[in-house]
Formats: sequence, C-alpha cells, structure tokens
Amino acid sequence: MPEQTDAFLSEASLDEIKHLVSERAIQGETVLLNMGPQHPSTHGVLRLLLELDGEVVVNCIPDIGFLHTGVEKNMEAKTYEKAEVMTDRLDYLNTVGNNLVYCLAIEKLCELDVPPRAQAIRVILAELKRISSHLIWLGTHALDLAAMSVFLYCFRERESILDILELVSGQRMMTTYIRPGGLWRDVPAEFEDAVRNFIKVFPARIDEYERLLTKNPLFMDRTKKIGILTPEDALHWGITGPMLRASGIAHDLRKAQPYSGYEQYEFDIPTRAEGDTYARYLVRIEEMRQALRIVQQALDKLPFGPVRSNNRKYVPPPRSELGTSMEALIHHFKLWTEGFSPPEGSVYVAVESPRGELGVYLESDGGPKPYRVHWRTPSFTNLQVLPLISRGHLVADLVALIGTVDIILGDVDR
Amino acid sequence: MNENLQPVVTTLKERFSAEMFEFRDEVSLILRPEQIVDTCQVLRDECSFEVLTDETAVDYWPAQTPRFHVVYRLRSLRDNLILGLRVPLNGNAPTLPTIEGVYANANWFERELWDMFGIHIEGHSDLRRIIMPSDWEGHPLRKDYPLGYEEVQFSFNFDEIDLRKPYAKE
Repeated sequence: MPEQTDAFLSEASLDEIKHLVSERAIQGETVLLNMGPQHPSTHGVLRLLLELDGEVVVNCIPDIGFLHTGVEKNMEAKTYEKAEVMTDRLDYLNTVGNNLVYCLAIEKLCELDVPPRAQAIRVILAELKRISSHLIWLGTHALDLAAMSVFLYCFRERESILDILELVSGQRMMTTYIRPGGLWRDVPAEFEDAVRNFIKVFPARIDEYERLLTKNPLFMDRTKKIGILTPEDALHWGITGPMLRASGIAHDLRKAQPYSGYEQYEFDIPTRAEGDTYARYLVRIEEMRQALRIVQQALDKLPFGPVRSNNRKYVPPPRSELGTSMEALIHHFKLWTEGFSPPEGSVYVAVESPRGELGVYLESDGGPKPYRVHWRTPSFTNLQVLPLISRGHLVADLVALIGTVDIILGDVDR
Repeated sequence: MNENLQPVVTTLKERFSAEMFEFRDEVSLILRPEQIVDTCQVLRDECSFEVLTDETAVDYWPAQTPRFHVVYRLRSLRDNLILGLRVPLNGNAPTLPTIEGVYANANWFERELWDMFGIHIEGHSDLRRIIMPSDWEGHPLRKDYPLGYEEVQFSFNFDEIDLRKPYAKE
C-alpha cells in the first residue's frame, strides 16, 4: 500500500526514524502504525511507533516525553525542602519511595542522623506503598488481559493503604511525609491498629488474586513464554527490580546495600528463572507477601523516641520550643526563609522502588538550593527493553508487555 | 574505601592515569573523554561491572572551565560495588564518544545528554531528542537556559499576549 506510506511520510517525518525501521517498511511491505499516546493500555501517555507485518510486531519504537514536567530544572530553583514536594510527582505510585531517596541523599550530603523510630516508620510506609503500587500494576495488567474483576479487588485493598497514608500525613497520595532528618510528625495512635488490621486481612486477599489468575488457563496462555528476557540481556540493558529478578538474578538493593535499617528485617528475594511475563507476575505477587513480612516485623519492634533529628541547622525545632527559646525561633526563621545549606559535594543514593533501582544524584554548591538533581528512574531504563522483548509477538501481546514492564510515565519523563 | 574496589581503582589509575577522589565513601575517577570507551570496556570485561546504572551531566557555567562534567555510575552485581566516573568536557558544544557498544542502555541516557545539555555524542546510533519535542530550540538543563514561565492573560491584555505566545495557531 504505497499511498499509506506516503501519507505517513508527511505526517510523522519518516526521515527522522529511517534508521530504526527495516528496509521492508520503507518499501511499504510492512505497515507503520502509531499507538498512543492516548491509549488506555499504555498506562499513561506513551507513544509507540509499531512496524507490523500483519499482526506481528517487527519493531516498536517508543517515543517518550509527553509527561515531561521539568522536575530536574525546577528543583534547581527551589530550596531543598521546598523541592521535595516535586519528588512525589515523579513516580506517582511510589510517592513515599521518592521522598525517601531524596531525603536519604540530603542526609548523606549533610551527614544528618535519623532516629530509629523514624527509620522504622519510613520502612513501614515504603513497603505499604510498594504493595499499593504492585496492586495497581496487578489490576491494570489483568485488565489489559481482559480479566476485569481483579482490577476491582486490587483497588479495594489499595484504598485501605491510601487510608493509612491519609491517617499519617493528611494526604492520600502526594504525602511528602518523609522529610530530611526524619518525618513530618509522629504517627497518630490509630496507626498501629490500622496497619495490623491490614496485615491480618491482606494475605487472604493475595490468595484471592492468585485464585483468579495463577492457574487461569486464559491468563497463562497470554503470559507464558511471552516477552522472554534473558539474564544476559537484562544486565546489558541495565534492567533492575522485579524484571531482573524474574530473569533469575537475585539483586535487590534492600539486601545488597541496606538503607533505613532494612538489614534488621528478615525477608526473601523472590526470583524466577524463566524471564517471561508469567515469571514477572509471580515475582511481583511474592514481593507483596515479602513486603508484608517486613511491615509486620518493623511494626512489632517499632522503637519509641523522637522522629526528627535534633540537628537544628537542618531540621526545624518543634513548635513547642518557639515560645520559650530565642535560639529555636532564630533557627525556625532561618530554615523557613533561607533554607539550609549542605556542604559542597555530590552524592548518589539509590533505593529499591517497586519498579527497580530509583537513584538520585544530588550536587550541592554550598548554597541553599540544589545545584543539580538528577533522577535515575527505573521506568526510564526498563522501558528501553520493550522493543527487544516485543519483537515477533502479536500486537495483543504487546499490550501485556507494556503492563509487565510496569512503567509509570511520570517516572519515565520526569 | 571498600577493599574489593581498591584493585579496580589501582588498575584504572595505572592504565589510564586516572585521578581518584572520594566524597562520603563514594569513589569517583576523573577521565579524559577519549578514554571513556576503553575504561568502560575494561571495567565490564575484567572487573565485572556488568551494569551501567546512570549517566548524566552537570553544567558549571559560568563559574568553572571545563564547563560540563559527564557523570557515569557503574555497578558490579557480583562484587556488590558501585563506581563513579567523571569526564570533564571543554567548550560550549562538546563531543563525547558513545559507550552504547559496551552498555546498551547508554542509548537513552546519551540521547538525554544531547537533548538536555547539547553534548554531541559521537557514533551514537540514534541521536534524536528524547524528552523535548523534536523541533525544540536550546538545551533546557544548561545553566544559561532560563527557567521560563507563562504570562498570565487577563481580559485587558489577552490579545496582546496572545500575539507573542508560542502555540499552534491557524
């Protein structure tokens, strides 16, 4: 169909991407098809340019940037504390993890101490958020494969996690609860009961999802041997997180380089050898169980004590001191007008987000605003492998593959 | 410094006469742009740094020359190590050889370097803008690129601002 290719030429400027498509596409033997950015199964605004031979994907070229918000540039114009609210907006399903890695970077730069109680609460919330992120992934992934009911069940449980976050921070999603040097405030008295209640209910709910999917022949047909990623490719492409672990490499930053006291908790790193979509499904399901184990242990030995560092040069004094201490008032005033100034230097800190290695490169020039903040986001790196794993599969399977990479476009485009 | 990292650093110091610095227990090596491909090759094949974790740049305009520093971070899963590499680049429109041949995922990182900093990557297979639109002018993360804002239109100056507002008009 030469007319079609000509029309395409003028619209999407084939010249620019000529080197990415095969010779057959230029001659019009294969069809170039645009998918997205407004497409429900792209989980956001991802555009894919597909080269199709009938219904088989010959190549797919991801086009990103539709959700670019300029966070890295904007953060350079704000003080360290004010810039933190923007971190929530990157990976909007892992808000707590984004706050955590940003605060860890500031704490490393300033050599700031974090009280043990704050660390334990950070771990509890980060793991709950991991479960909530995996629930959205599971719901939408199943929905892409036409299993409608799983989606509804997943969002039911996600809601109870969001209720816990609302309880501690007043916000369901964009919490900004973790702050440099500790937390915004201590958790309320109802927190422990709310989390214990969730721990009691949730294991049975995971079994429920598994009953719907794990042995479901339709689901297995659509996921087994689809999108196989070999361990060599996974390393070559810098894949991290559940995708790497489903390819048989047991790498988890919570074990490899423990932060926030993860070394105190017992948990396993689930791995599978197959590297296909089904393996990635099983790994993520098991990760939810392990996350729950961590929450249970952290809650059982939750220490008492302060939740903010006592270093007044970086952390504002408590409200109660302002009326009686002149020094506290000065610190309060300085911190909320000028902000704090970390020493000159640069650090790289990474945590294990639900999607993989979430890192932040933070550079200070000794002033109150970050000189450079770079986000090394797992979705950005993991999405690069999509063309590799989708070649030779059907368009319908591509939908499952976008789901299994588990991208968040806010995380990809930053 | 981690005792497993010591031999790696010694090797690189000897072979590439790289300079080392340490800050907050993070070890970084300073290299020249023409050495970066060989260094990455040695690190991957001989020192088991299997994964390129991150690649980005920092702009030190106007305070410092060389203006740009490209920052790499490599990770070894076998030995559980992380190593930073820094490549200072002279000039306002610098070039840097690609390490795509060593680590495949450098592809998008380097496209981002071109898009955001205007660092031209030599030998890159697909050097297009990645995040900004293809017809965008300038490189937003440079320090001489203003943050920018949108003028607010009120009823009294709506048409006046509309005339100079950059968006698709008929």
